[in-house]
Amino acid sequence: MRSIQILKERKRQIYHKGEEAFEIECEKKSLAGSVSQRACVFCGSRVVLYPIADALHLIHGPIGCASYTWDIRGALSSGPQLHRMSFSTDLQEKDIIFGGEKKLYQALVKLIELYHPNAAFVYATCIIGIIGDDIDSVCRRVAEKKGIPVLPVHSEGFKGTKKDGYKAACEALAQLVGTGSIENRGKYSLNIMGEFNIAGEAWTIKKYYEKMGLEVSAIFTGDGRVDKIKRSHGVKLNVVQCSGSMLHLAKIMEEKYNIPYIRVSYFGIEDMSKALYDVADFFKDNLQIMKKTRELVREEIKAISPEIKKYKKILSGKRAAIYVGGAFKAFSMIKALRTLGMEVVLAGSQTGNEDDYKLLRDMCEDGTVIVDDANPLELSKYCLEKKVDLFVGGVKERPMAYKLGIGFCDHNHERKISLAGYNGMINFAKEVFSSVTSPVWQFAPRKRGGYKA
Amino acid sequence: MLLRHTPDEIKERKSLTVNPAKTCQPIGAMYAALGIHGCLPHSHGSQGCYAYHRSTLTRHYKEPVMAATSSFTEGASVFGGQSNLLQAIDNIFTIYKPDIIAVHTTCLSETIGDDLPQIIGKAQVTGKIPEGKFVIHANTPSYVGTHVTGFANMTRAMVDYFAESNGHKTEQINIIPGWVEPSDMHEIKRIAAELEVPVVMFPDTENVLNGPQTGKYEMFPKGGVTIDELISTGSSQGTIALGGLASGSAAKALDTKCKVPCEILDLPIGIKATDRFVDALRKMAGVNVPDTITIERGQLLDIITDMQAYFYHKKVALVGDPDQLISLTEFLVSIDMMPIHILTGTRDKNFEKRIKKITADIPHEVNIASGKDMMLFHQWVKNDPVDLLMGNTYVKYIARDEDIPFIRFGFPILDRVGHSYFPTVCYRGGIRILEKILEALMDRIDRDSTEIAFDLVM
Repeated sequence: MRSIQILKERKRQIYHKGEEAFEIECEKKSLAGSVSQRACVFCGSRVVLYPIADALHLIHGPIGCASYTWDIRGALSSGPQLHRMSFSTDLQEKDIIFGGEKKLYQALVKLIELYHPNAAFVYATCIIGIIGDDIDSVCRRVAEKKGIPVLPVHSEGFKGTKKDGYKAACEALAQLVGTGSIENRGKYSLNIMGEFNIAGEAWTIKKYYEKMGLEVSAIFTGDGRVDKIKRSHGVKLNVVQCSGSMLHLAKIMEEKYNIPYIRVSYFGIEDMSKALYDVADFFKDNLQIMKKTRELVREEIKAISPEIKKYKKILSGKRAAIYVGGAFKAFSMIKALRTLGMEVVLAGSQTGNEDDYKLLRDMCEDGTVIVDDANPLELSKYCLEKKVDLFVGGVKERPMAYKLGIGFCDHNHERKISLAGYNGMINFAKEVFSSVTSPVWQFAPRKRGGYKA
Repeated sequence: MLLRHTPDEIKERKSLTVNPAKTCQPIGAMYAALGIHGCLPHSHGSQGCYAYHRSTLTRHYKEPVMAATSSFTEGASVFGGQSNLLQAIDNIFTIYKPDIIAVHTTCLSETIGDDLPQIIGKAQVTGKIPEGKFVIHANTPSYVGTHVTGFANMTRAMVDYFAESNGHKTEQINIIPGWVEPSDMHEIKRIAAELEVPVVMFPDTENVLNGPQTGKYEMFPKGGVTIDELISTGSSQGTIALGGLASGSAAKALDTKCKVPCEILDLPIGIKATDRFVDALRKMAGVNVPDTITIERGQLLDIITDMQAYFYHKKVALVGDPDQLISLTEFLVSIDMMPIHILTGTRDKNFEKRIKKITADIPHEVNIASGKDMMLFHQWVKNDPVDLLMGNTYVKYIARDEDIPFIRFGFPILDRVGHSYFPTVCYRGGIRILEKILEALMDRIDRDSTEIAFDLVM
């Protein structure tokens, strides 16, 4: 294997399980000049708020940020589709010189008159932080004039990492939460947080909770509605998935409204069941809920077990690499792949924190490579070294895996297949199976001992 | 449902773009830079910019797209990005070892006023650029022009940095292909090879963004124009620039800098524009057009003849980039179709003038706009429906809402695979466009015909 150079500043971001343990360095800015797979603050805010379907999402800046995020996620809405449009103030050179506040004001007023949204989010891009437009005051003025909440999102790209964008989004949401009525809110109610309804996943989860006898108040933010978010502070529990993106809001709501939260994952049989049991356990004063949960879990697992076994037989012993945005996702993924008999030999994330990596280290077998904020050279090197059969990642990793002759499964936005819940596990197994066992690999140079041009 | 948010009534919108028909400069600069062999494009700005550009290019080409970033922080935005770029240059040459780094700016670095030549000079002086390696730059503020401008600026930078006249002219001809697919670049080179004209093409993304599966991950694939070739462009006997907006600036710069005369032509899409290209190449090189090319042209003509009955006065709406649309409109008019809505997101007066002239004899009102968005385009289609839509991926929403056949053409195409392997330029590309058009029209007839009328007769 050709060796690659790893800068000494990055050496502590890569750990080989089995070596003497050290604390993986993480949550640092990527080194300048790195080919990182990460994005920016704006990207974080945009993906979190994007699924709120009856809100207006106006991007204040030059055109690019709006173009690249036009209909960017497969976050489904059962009703309005306003979120899938792309609105931009499309700032030009003279706006950069004289300021874009006037343009922003006019654009907002025009859009609100045209679409009658229930709220508007205004995203600040890099340039706004430099030219100093006071978007807060513009939003306030428009809100007064038009009588809907107009919320500034301080997502200037350079002001941190994607995680800071999640935080900015949570802060915008926090302004909405608590502004609606919570009359008639039941004793057994919860909010689903950090679930974006990619391929309808939130609907699956909501159905589970309803079967358990629980009332789902709001989903943050999959198939999201402004009104539900406004009234979301009447629940007894916040159930937080994808902890990176929504934990901040859950904490705010705990502090402000005394709503406790628990962290869950809906991916894989093990974590899905644990999520439902944890929630049932929270409402343990009602024995019916736990009873219904047990029934639900039993039935669901029974329904999918035969098929899982079928896939497991063939996938057993195959090796997987995972590279995800938030590390929390990696934990579920490792368990789910183990359910299929597969072994994870490379695990990495763009934004994991110290605790995440500790847990990851404890979960993984000896020899597993754990990496923070990896570049494609590192990813491809370890994939080949570890003889990986499957790569689980996002849009930028797919062609790299294919070039190497490795199967691929998208676990990010670039998919139409639901991976959450029990049925999602079947979909996941099917996708992994079809990619790993694809007949195309018989032609792949990697399997045939190298390509000769 | 999605674009049901488009109202029929058209109102002037000055401060607002809805559903853009363009994107920002840096992505164009990144695509152009990928057409240099051994080049790592570098985005001097926040991390998000290059992540979006890489994602979009990856989704379009289905290939790994490599680039680096200065990863601006709050500090860099206050005190300037010099130290970030210097560190980046150092790191890139240490880890990734490209032959060249092509830096483009972003709205952020432009607004804080980073002086790239000065920073690159400093990198040179302080030994951060190894012997025989290069760093070039293009200014690509996102609030000026569009992705096409960015492509043009980076292409021009190749001339500014490298073209050198050796005093005596070589036989070679420069071809600047414009923002086309790798397969188009291949096709243009193939035509030149048929004419036995030695050419240097820049940028050239063939074998960079349509590479084979090798079982290896190559950060720097085989393709791309080399630096030696770029230097030699200054000694070529002439330049043919295809697409005025994307390629004109580099061609003129070569003329000014090295006295290499240039011809700026339309992209060779369709029979007329391809004729002009072949003719210009023939004249410039002083060669004859071989039979093989004459046969290809004849085949295109033959297909047009076979199909013409089905094209007659079919109404088409086109959205895309100016260089592409000028040639495509001309092609459609030449086969008796009626392009009646033609819109680009890139502001360009010449575009409007040219399209107006090309469509002057169409017996129907024609809407032409530059610097406008897809919402307006959709409104035009609503108010005066067409038989066919041609444009990038995003037109699919309009096609569904209005129930109109649709052909993907231009950039980006995110939801299909294969477009980067087949050319739409020159005679063979023309045949492919025609096949697609007829198929779209015929499929619609088949879909809509009654069981009684459904048969094999065309």
